[in-house]
Amino acid sequence: MNEHNIRNFNINFGPQHPAAHGVLRLVLELDGEIVERVDPHIGLLHRGTEKLIEAKTYLQAVPYFDRLDYVAPMNQEHAFALAVERLTGTEVPIRGQLIRVLYSEIGRILSHLLNVTTQAMDVGALTPPLWGFEEREKLMVFYERASGARMHAAYFRPGGVHQDLPHQLVEDIGNWLDPFLKTLDDIDTLLTGNRIFKQRNVDIGVVSLDDCWAWGFSGVMVRGSGAAWDLRKSQPYECYGDLDFDIPIGKNGDCYDRYLIRMIEMRESVKIMRQCVNRLLGDAKTGPVSSLDGKMVPPKRGEMKRSMEALIHHFKLYTEGYHVPEGDVYAAVEAPKGEFGVYLVSDGTNKPYRCKIRAPGYAHLQAMDYICRGHQLADVSAILGSLDIVFGEVDR
Amino acid sequence: MIEALNDLAGTIREALGERVLSAGIAFGDLTVVTTRDAVISVLTFLRDDPRCRFVNLIDVCGVDWPQRAERFDVVYHLLSPTKNLRIRVKVATGEDQPVPSSTAVYPGADWFEREAYDLYGILFTGHPDLRRILTDYGFEGYPLRKDFPMTGYVEVRYDDEAKRVVYEPVVLRQEFRNFDFLSPWEGTDYVLPGDEKAKAN
Repeated sequence: MNEHNIRNFNINFGPQHPAAHGVLRLVLELDGEIVERVDPHIGLLHRGTEKLIEAKTYLQAVPYFDRLDYVAPMNQEHAFALAVERLTGTEVPIRGQLIRVLYSEIGRILSHLLNVTTQAMDVGALTPPLWGFEEREKLMVFYERASGARMHAAYFRPGGVHQDLPHQLVEDIGNWLDPFLKTLDDIDTLLTGNRIFKQRNVDIGVVSLDDCWAWGFSGVMVRGSGAAWDLRKSQPYECYGDLDFDIPIGKNGDCYDRYLIRMIEMRESVKIMRQCVNRLLGDAKTGPVSSLDGKMVPPKRGEMKRSMEALIHHFKLYTEGYHVPEGDVYAAVEAPKGEFGVYLVSDGTNKPYRCKIRAPGYAHLQAMDYICRGHQLADVSAILGSLDIVFGEVDR
Repeated sequence: MIEALNDLAGTIREALGERVLSAGIAFGDLTVVTTRDAVISVLTFLRDDPRCRFVNLIDVCGVDWPQRAERFDVVYHLLSPTKNLRIRVKVATGEDQPVPSSTAVYPGADWFEREAYDLYGILFTGHPDLRRILTDYGFEGYPLRKDFPMTGYVEVRYDDEAKRVVYEPVVLRQEFRNFDFLSPWEGTDYVLPGDEKAKAN
């Protein structure tokens, strides 16, 4: 074959590929096995969430957030709830804050478990997902016992959380923690020292810290490259400021460091959950779980039977909803995948004028081209796994 | 936090002079409004100045205000990890007036600007690859504009006879119900349905 006959090869990766983590279509330009260019085509799961939210009241917008990153639903609701609370100036009582933190950390473990184990599956291991999903199932039962739904909880609402937790549930969560650490140890022994897993991940997808910032990365992606940056520590929301936990950071910024960080973060989440459980059964055993402002949070069923005021509030809240003062606000939480933010523009009516959802996966996925260039074709799925992409939030 | 933002607002006003139209704090967020011509120099200043160091681009998005002469706002959110501060930069633009692309300052602006173009039709000059991103291949219109109906114009289905996916105009079995919940006893500036009978005798 003459030299001028050599040409690059274009292949389609996805959208129907198990390692595409949903509906990603990658157009890869290959020179032999070396990736020359990556063009991700997204939007196959675009549902127009932002447009729909503009036509709904603030309370009706909450369930849409479950459907963004459906791996850790409550963390998304949290950002929206924080944005509305900042505009209305609502304070959440301490028991409500603890429940939110407890369930945010459950969400973090849900997400990291899925990511770590499916990343292992992307590079060839089959056992980790089987072990990880068993624990995820238990966590989803905790979701169900709190909100009635395994995934689409609609539990964090502006003003607090929807309903109080039974003490038995808090105790059960407390009892789940230690056996879970054992499972983590098992997954650890299976993967961390595993030769094949290391060969596929060490020094793959290295990103320098300066590039991380410029590309808009957040969360595990910047921590893997050595920044001690976590919104729970640096810009604490809820009661994260009072809780004791550590932020793991990586040194090399490769896929393996990001894996290690996720493993350690799950242990840190267990630490946070234990503190929440202790306080929910201790000094915050009773008390309101949401703001007592009747103009914002609907009354209890019992009150409605006796109080005319409560009945009116209930009727008004579930038809008209509450009005949010005019202005715009950006609220962000440290979601498992990075900084999940909501930019909310209110025009003073009962519906958001504009609700921009800033998903961490969107910023991470756009850097695929930059990270994958010069890597082998087989590394694409390892890098994609370590970026932690969920299409619900990328496509919105 | 608020003092730091106040100081920062002062610094920005002093350093950028008339390139900044306004800089104010509301709901704990600092918002800087600038012009299309100045936006790149403002963003570069915010990124490089040692008192700012806004190296992390969080978000770029559009907001539609159809009643305004320049109907769109392009909103940039930046984060300074060293100073632990956030800032919002706003630029107003119209349907035909392009905004200079910020991809040269922040490579991560690429997809965010594509999204703003896709959903609002905001044009960015100097963008390396201004294609649609979230909507379907061959989509027409800008869905997040306020004058775009929420149901859209076309619906798709698989046609078994043609053996392919076909696009057809949207047929609604029921009219889209947009309730007006603005409270009648807090005063509306129009006559509510039914109220015209009450006024007539």
